[in-house]
Amino acid sequence: MNNTLCIDSQDISFESGQSIMQAACAAGVFIPHLCFHPDISPHGSCRLCMVQVDGRLLPACTTPAMAGQKIENNTDSLNAQRRLVTQMLFVEGDHICPGCEKTGNCQLQAVAYFLGLLEPGLPQMYPTRNIDASHADVLLDFNRCILCELCVRASREMDGKNVFAIGGRGQHAHIVINATSGRLKDSALSIEDRAVDVCPVGALMKKHQAYQKPIGQRFYDQNPIDQKGDANSHQRGEKT
Amino acid sequence: MNKKLKLATTSLAGCFGCHMSLLDLDERLLALVEHVEFDRSPLTDKKHLDHCDLGLIEGGVCNAENVEVLKDFRQHCDILIAMGACAINGGIPAMRNHFTLEECLKESYLDGIGITHPQIPNDAELPPLLNQVHPLQEVVKIDYFLPGCPLSADAIWHFFQALLQHKTADLSYTALHYD
Repeated sequence: MNNTLCIDSQDISFESGQSIMQAACAAGVFIPHLCFHPDISPHGSCRLCMVQVDGRLLPACTTPAMAGQKIENNTDSLNAQRRLVTQMLFVEGDHICPGCEKTGNCQLQAVAYFLGLLEPGLPQMYPTRNIDASHADVLLDFNRCILCELCVRASREMDGKNVFAIGGRGQHAHIVINATSGRLKDSALSIEDRAVDVCPVGALMKKHQAYQKPIGQRFYDQNPIDQKGDANSHQRGEKT
Repeated sequence: MNKKLKLATTSLAGCFGCHMSLLDLDERLLALVEHVEFDRSPLTDKKHLDHCDLGLIEGGVCNAENVEVLKDFRQHCDILIAMGACAINGGIPAMRNHFTLEECLKESYLDGIGITHPQIPNDAELPPLLNQVHPLQEVVKIDYFLPGCPLSADAIWHFFQALLQHKTADLSYTALHYD
């Protein structure tokens, strides 16, 4: 019983201080997520990792693992809720996969495949947002941002730069850039920063590296995200 | 022998890529026409739509004629399927939704690079454009969705095989893609 919890009838052990998500990842149990990254402090904002912990709905990435927890994860009911969350992420942004360089390597797309999402299910919002192409090496397309804050946290915690933050509220929430001009080229961002690598979607992307791998050889082309893991956690430079 | 299913297809605001995938069934088309008879379709050039069991629609809705054709399909088809990315979420044509219609027309016909006789087409036979491109399900009820840009011939084949066995198509991992 000590330091053991149960996810979908599978007993897994954990170390003190781990979250349910960290324990699940270590045991090879996939809990869908977008805003979680193993090297960055959890945020609990994307709500895809919601699991039933002893009957209560809680985010796996911010809930500590505790001995004896009975956790439901891969159930029809939870996956139906996750499909709805994923549909909302798709319709509130501009996720036209055929026109996005991230396609095939995108975690939003991969989670949607895992959940068997066939259609948006909700009215498209088609927001009109800007693109910041001012930086020599990095492109920021606000239309594809899902506000996971991974770049905000990576810049703060790993790069020590604080280049990004979230400004605005509700559907007006958006990434803001730490520069007097508000533009990437005047910020401290460099192409080597982890903040550039961690974007799970096609919002923050390195320039001049699009479509390097043909269809069929991209990260999620052959196997789903529960087998492949996160594209943004794999060794740097290998994911595109 | 069972009566053949009647199938109608059309392309609205699409590029005919999904119809090319239909042709990519290749020799499987011969097996398909054992069970399916084409009604109105770009492949038959039949203009009038009779009652059909199935309607496969490619492309989103970008003009008044698209709305009319889509409603006609809904009225005459028992099962209506949105085929491909544009039918499902507007796709590439919906990228014009970032701009006003006036901006699009000016860029295409007046101010764009290489235009020699600038004028906005206004022939009475041209259907009026909608202000925005819409997915099919925002106009009529859609019964099933087959994503892809284009969807693969394998996805179409799998869909028909499941349908003919009265099952819901459950696309394999490699057949389900949005690009």
